[in-house]
Amino acid sequence: MRLTCPVCGERDRREFYYQGAAVAMRRPAPDAGAEAWDNYVHLRENPAGETRDMWQHDGGCGAWLVVTRNTVTHEISDVELASDLAGERA
Amino acid sequence: MADLVAKSACAGLLPVTVGTLTLEETDIGVLTSVAPYNGRGDDLSTALQKAHGVKLPAPNRTTGQDAVRAIWFGRDVALLAGPAPDRALATHAALTDQSDAWAVVTLSGDGSDDALARLVPLDLRAAQFKTGHTARTQIMHMNASVTRTGPDCFLILVFRAMAQTLVHELKTAMEGVAARR
Repeated sequence: MRLTCPVCGERDRREFYYQGAAVAMRRPAPDAGAEAWDNYVHLRENPAGETRDMWQHDGGCGAWLVVTRNTVTHEISDVELASDLAGERA
Repeated sequence: MADLVAKSACAGLLPVTVGTLTLEETDIGVLTSVAPYNGRGDDLSTALQKAHGVKLPAPNRTTGQDAVRAIWFGRDVALLAGPAPDRALATHAALTDQSDAWAVVTLSGDGSDDALARLVPLDLRAAQFKTGHTARTQIMHMNASVTRTGPDCFLILVFRAMAQTLVHELKTAMEGVAARR
């Protein structure tokens, strides 16, 4: 498996650290209520198909990335810098 | 106060020669990480050029030569190797002295890219990775900075605490390459 880091270019998977679903990109407001925070902290989708994850290029440039991949075909369709998406709904 | 003697990171470990390959510790001067403040990359590049004669390197690239070299060192960070940084740089970038934090070695000789191919998950052959190119990558499990400084010559940096492991891994790879010749 290879990921194309927007900064470094195409690199081997072992340079990257997997963090989890890209929910960190849409953190609820502090007063959003218990249900929203429960969802954010504990509940995860487990899709057969397209999913978005946070990865860090810790063995390379250090950037946090949002990777769009397909859990069925293993296709990686997009790799974006998390900082470019900050403030947007990822 | 006791008279303290500074020891280099690879003191007692290097140099090592195996077949055509040589691994030696290299003094590349003062090491300073130069991280431009938001949107100040161009100003910093101009200031670097004026003070030290090198531009801020683009990702995966270096600028300058042996005496003064700026090595791309990660996202929005470069490593200035050689002179102590000019004060003017501090208006555009965060400067951090890292001189004692890194083990710096040079691997040279015919087949040096073959030795690194055993350790680094990156195509470092000359056709892809030319003189002046650099990468933040891994040597086995160690985060490293690898720069090609010549046709058969690589400058390698890892955290100082990993100096002994680095030498061990590289020596093993050098022996593996030599054994197949």
